[in-house]
Amino acid sequence: MIDYLWLIPLLPLVGSAVNGILGRRFPKPLIAAIACGSVAASFAVAAAAVAGLLGLPAAGRQHVNTLFTWIASGDFVAKAEFLLDPLSAVMLMVVTGVGLLIHIYSIGYMHAEDGYYRFFSYLNLFMFSMLVLVLAGNFLLMFVGWEGVGLCSYLLIGYYFERRSAGDAGKKAFIVNRIGDVGFILGILLIFVTFRSMNFTEVFGRIAGDPTRFPVESGLGLLTAIGILLFVGATGKSAQVPLYVWLPDAMEGPTPVSALIHAATMVTAGVYMVARCAPIFSRAPVALEVVAAVGILTALLAATIGLVQTDIKRVLAYSTVSQLGYMFVACGVGAYSAGIFHLFTHAFFKALLFLGAGSVIHAIGGEQDLMRMGGLRRFVPVTYGTMLVAALAISGIFPFAGFFSKDEILWSAWSRGHPVIWLAGLITAGLTACYMFRLVFLAFHGQERFPEEARHHLHESPRSMTVPLIALAVLSAVGGLVGLPAWMNLGPNRFEEFLAPSLALAHRTEHAASSHGAEAAMALVSVLVALIGIYIAYQFYVAKPSAAGDLARRLAGIYRLLKNKYYVDEAYDAVIVHPVAAASRHVLWQGVDVAIIDGAVNGTAGTVRSSAALLKHLQNGLIRSYAAWILAGAVALLLYLTLLR
Amino acid sequence: MSIYHCLILSALLFTIGTVGVIVKRNVIAVFLCIELMLNAVNLSFVAFARFLGQVDGQIFVFFVMVVAAAEAAVGLAITIALFRNRKTLSVDDVDGMKW
Repeated sequence: MIDYLWLIPLLPLVGSAVNGILGRRFPKPLIAAIACGSVAASFAVAAAAVAGLLGLPAAGRQHVNTLFTWIASGDFVAKAEFLLDPLSAVMLMVVTGVGLLIHIYSIGYMHAEDGYYRFFSYLNLFMFSMLVLVLAGNFLLMFVGWEGVGLCSYLLIGYYFERRSAGDAGKKAFIVNRIGDVGFILGILLIFVTFRSMNFTEVFGRIAGDPTRFPVESGLGLLTAIGILLFVGATGKSAQVPLYVWLPDAMEGPTPVSALIHAATMVTAGVYMVARCAPIFSRAPVALEVVAAVGILTALLAATIGLVQTDIKRVLAYSTVSQLGYMFVACGVGAYSAGIFHLFTHAFFKALLFLGAGSVIHAIGGEQDLMRMGGLRRFVPVTYGTMLVAALAISGIFPFAGFFSKDEILWSAWSRGHPVIWLAGLITAGLTACYMFRLVFLAFHGQERFPEEARHHLHESPRSMTVPLIALAVLSAVGGLVGLPAWMNLGPNRFEEFLAPSLALAHRTEHAASSHGAEAAMALVSVLVALIGIYIAYQFYVAKPSAAGDLARRLAGIYRLLKNKYYVDEAYDAVIVHPVAAASRHVLWQGVDVAIIDGAVNGTAGTVRSSAALLKHLQNGLIRSYAAWILAGAVALLLYLTLLR
Repeated sequence: MSIYHCLILSALLFTIGTVGVIVKRNVIAVFLCIELMLNAVNLSFVAFARFLGQVDGQIFVFFVMVVAAAEAAVGLAITIALFRNRKTLSVDDVDGMKW
């Protein structure tokens, strides 16, 4: 199947087209069958292709599937080509696998919604775009997928378009992403100008093969510029400082969308892109430092905001932003495989957390405020159990998936000489455990704070929703085992080994041989920190429920700052949105549009009208006057011909 | 009698016709003046034909006369229709085709 890579994105595209064009007349089960069937088929082809890849010898695990020449203009050639190597294989399995589970979940979650066909059509279109992004063999095709997922994200955030806030959130996501895309496209253009090619294999091969022209840059150089521009694109798509503001608002979309697009797949595209461009970034230490700094800043900032949010989905949104920051930290310290590993495990437990949150919202009748939940574990036991697994996983408790990936990142930061980042990461790990268990305790434990009428229809979600939850819970629990760290003395890290061929062209910096004992101790420390975080959450929200309010009152200033998300939205409004809006209104609209453009058009018409008002008197209907004018004309012509020539 | 005598007569007739077209108000008078102009031109044509010893000018005169006859037929029909509708023959009273 490895030669049929094009089938993988094509199948969801067909599903999207069928549902989008004909779905209005289809019964709901048929729509669901088409949508889920196309993704399931895509997953099957992907699995077969990855199996084929695994059959190849480790060093040669790279398969290019060229379909046709897409653009040929002078020396610029872009082909429609798909690349399957270990890196895209990991992404492929995450996208199709998690995507399939979320499609199945949506059957139950969306059953009562209007526009059922529209939802599944968009969701399938998203799968197509994301798979193009992941499988693309050159920057241009990747950009097509990159923009495609942005479009689908916009469409799905604004799914409940009758609500003004949903429409606004969609626009915000779209516009903020465009800002990042400017950087991305400039980066791509700079790559083309430098290498006269956009093909991954060619560009990276040339960088690695010519160390005199492309050395490891000590300061600012060409590769650094490319790296930083590409990373600007990544900050938009992957919601990093300063462009993270769209992701929390994106929670206006349906919950499966939040799980698929805004947690598991699309937002990780930036991390994937940075890892894909490891040969560039590894030779641009300044760009890497920017990546690491932005990553750790985002991780810490978002985690602190997550501590005080009361909307269940917003807590998870900030958690996603924070975890994405972690992944960038890993890439920034040069541990690309650790970043992808965290991406891999995060996709499972964060999708699970969102789907669990969706199940809670579904059960309690649309309520998203944690302060109006409480004590739900007796009513939705499956959701509670699976959410607990996810919370343990994201907190990094042994032996759940998050433990291995998060530990790998923290260890990489420490062992590669970034103790400050390590410390900040450790604090973030504690905060993560704290806000995640705050969510679990507020929703499932303690007093029942929901209104009496909600109690009557409290129910566990249908089978189509619980089965994906359980599947993801299993993956969240054991997913980390694919990358057991070396210090466990069970052989080398298999995940890292698997990814190695994709990262072979990256520049390697030698590290001091690490001692397994130190790494194990470090893992112990991070688990301890996570346990402390959980303990604090327990003290505040279960043991002494009044303590949280007391602390909020005592630290009112800090609480207000966090509650209002550091006033970043307000600052952006004041510094960017309002000046742009004012300039648009007063300069571009009333100045350029009304005065210059309308003025020119209306002025032309006005000149014609006023000159016509004078000239119209010539047409007075009197034949004798016309005859006189003809005579005058003839005389003038004769005079000209006889006298003046 | 030289060609100049003929041309001067032709010019005089043409001028009288032109002035008449502009000055006269009666439709039929205007018509007569137009005929006068046409025939002034005809006179020039035959004069040139005679003095240059070529027949072309005379042929042209036939064409002009045919056109003039057709024009007179159409013009007089319009004049009758005009009089039936408006009870007037003054061109100054028929100025409806204006802005």
